[in-house]
Amino acid sequence: MSWAKRILRVNLSEGTCQEEPLNMDWANQYLGQRGLATKYLASEIDPKVDPLSPDNKLIIATGPLTGTAASTGGRWSVITKGALTGAIACSNSGGFFGAELKFAGWDMVIFEGKAPNPVYLLIQDDVAKLVDASDYWGRTVWETEKGLKAEYQDPQMRVASIGQSGENGVKFACVVNDLHRAAGRSGVGTVMGSKNLKAVAVRGTKGVKVDNPEAFLAAAADGKAVLAENAVTGEGLPALGTQVLMNVINETGALPTHNHKDVQFDGASDISGEAMTVPRRSDGKPNLTRNGACFGCTIGCGRISTIDPEHYTVKDREQYQKASGGLEYEAAWALGAATGVSDLDALTFANFICNEQGFDPISFGTTVGAAMELFEMGVLTTKETDGIDLTWGNAEALTTLAELTGRGEGFGAEIGLGSKLLTEKYGHPDLSMSVKGQEFPAYDSRGIQGMGLTYATSNRGACHLRSYTVASEILGIPEKTDPLSSDGKAGLVIAFQDATGAVDSAGICVFTTFAWSMDNIAPQIDAACEGDWTVERLLEVGERIWNLERKFNIDAGFTGKDDTLPKRLLKEAAKTGPAEGKVNELGKMLPEYYSLRGWTDDGVPTNETLDRLVL
Amino acid sequence: MEKALVLDAGKCTGCEQCEVACSMINEGASNPAKSRIKVFNFHDEGRFVPYTCTQCDDAWCMQACPVDAISVSSDTGAKMVSDALCVGCKVCTIACPFGTVNYNPASGKVIKCDLCGGDPACAKACPTGAITYTDAGATGLAKMEAWAAKTDAGQQANA
Repeated sequence: MSWAKRILRVNLSEGTCQEEPLNMDWANQYLGQRGLATKYLASEIDPKVDPLSPDNKLIIATGPLTGTAASTGGRWSVITKGALTGAIACSNSGGFFGAELKFAGWDMVIFEGKAPNPVYLLIQDDVAKLVDASDYWGRTVWETEKGLKAEYQDPQMRVASIGQSGENGVKFACVVNDLHRAAGRSGVGTVMGSKNLKAVAVRGTKGVKVDNPEAFLAAAADGKAVLAENAVTGEGLPALGTQVLMNVINETGALPTHNHKDVQFDGASDISGEAMTVPRRSDGKPNLTRNGACFGCTIGCGRISTIDPEHYTVKDREQYQKASGGLEYEAAWALGAATGVSDLDALTFANFICNEQGFDPISFGTTVGAAMELFEMGVLTTKETDGIDLTWGNAEALTTLAELTGRGEGFGAEIGLGSKLLTEKYGHPDLSMSVKGQEFPAYDSRGIQGMGLTYATSNRGACHLRSYTVASEILGIPEKTDPLSSDGKAGLVIAFQDATGAVDSAGICVFTTFAWSMDNIAPQIDAACEGDWTVERLLEVGERIWNLERKFNIDAGFTGKDDTLPKRLLKEAAKTGPAEGKVNELGKMLPEYYSLRGWTDDGVPTNETLDRLVL
Repeated sequence: MEKALVLDAGKCTGCEQCEVACSMINEGASNPAKSRIKVFNFHDEGRFVPYTCTQCDDAWCMQACPVDAISVSSDTGAKMVSDALCVGCKVCTIACPFGTVNYNPASGKVIKCDLCGGDPACAKACPTGAITYTDAGATGLAKMEAWAAKTDAGQQANA
């Protein structure tokens, strides 16, 4: 139990929906969600496939704890070969959509082929069908979600959809659910758009049962108590959200600024979580309306915000004057520090557009930052940008480009290429702040050494969510390590990578791990699922997933040479702050990492390692 | 002492832990579609509001039921539906002015909050204190206290 033990296979080319039993041998090896769907994908597609071809598949997957009483048990993921990276992609989202899919009685949905015309998938409990989406194609995420709920007269329906950016092939398009939660990274929405799949609308009334309800409710209650008592999950995140980090990371000298030319941002406090709580002059309200939770989450880190009604972005545009999902730290950083923009309302507006049109604010902001550097160098001029002045800190340039990128118009279409292709096009590939084609998130690896190894080895390209060593190096969780030292970071990164693989496959949120160790998580999975789920078994599942993803990438054509960082982080020292004079010491960490992983000197898992993990 | 559920929307984050707990206790599965308490998300205003049966004293649902399937619990004062008597006619769902009695297509009976026999699962599951189970004669106490704190502050400072 806890798994629905059913998957839905949707052939978009043929227009068919078929039920299949979940492969329980694989569920026992890979748990669910990220791990299990990656196993399905790796078994069913050629890793060399063009991500945008009909031969790529796209999987929407839940974990065994999705939809249960476990705190944060609302997570779900999109697994495919990424359009931005050409690597394995798994983008994780919250909101309420994933739990609803589980309530309808499905663990995952596998999409294959390509629909001849735009369609959406409608799931009402056991009944699933593809429906013509011509009324919705060309519409925004917000219009699509509201339109489907109105059409079916079902306000309790949950919708995940792509916006115009996903339709138009923006390389970093997301799948957005519940208006402002997103499977955000690696271009999973781009793949969905390439399949002519506009949305998935689901309503479930069957519910989720667990193996041992009494033991499960006790374990879930213990977990909730730990979250409530922890300073990060019980106080910091509910009060200031992930934006609690903006000032902290800036003071650490690890806030990438101006396309990573700088490591501290003068405007950081203006765009921080604290700034979001200060009442503004126009209507006396702060940017932050309140915190909001995803399904089942007892942390509640989500930001619900409004833009100053007198701000230039929303004057006479009523749809943007209402409350919606506000700035999380990564978005505030990418839209703000990476571009030098310190106008909180402009960032909130750009973030609204990212949600409305379904594209990743991290890749978008970082790509705008790269374009601004090219503009500073004179490589890009107003001739190429259609008159947009890409001077650092120009808020109007940022918000204009957000709208243009969403619609795939003008210079926005070039921003939509992502920083790798954009900087290559203009002859300066070194200025793309990315790994495997995916842009960095909000931590500079010169000031947080472990994050350099995290980014370089991440299977989906640069990402903080694969091994968040910031927890240890800055916050001291589970124990403090020196952010400026690369010693011991190989082992630290591996420990985080394996644990995160298990968490991402369970249906719960990785933010729980600020408070929970695997000792808090294992009893919940053990009581919910059949079989014995110990900490050791979960960590082995995590390691197995990591190696499976790695193997997929190697088969796709990646090598150890791709486990690197942009020259800037390896050669140009940080100019200010605690990390002044430091570069990232990737060269010291990587060989040790390969060795500890049981991989060859070239970064290939050895046969012994693969055999040990039953791969 | 009679107790009542007190819902404080200002504290609600919309997590639906109450709906999960309610359906776990009453249906044996996490299934918000069958929850007796619902959380509403007024998205454009940034407000989350939990809502359930207020256990009317002279309850419309009870008056309307043609087979006397709804009775008052002597322990808690809750209006309880007897599955053995309910014929699924749904007249109570029409009679209730607040919409808190609903038909369950899976069972053919109506479902409503019964205060879990005096230990409501929703209140225990709520992580923010938005749902509490307190003295039915003093459900306004927290609000009174909040206003009292404001009202009296100036006077005592002057004295």
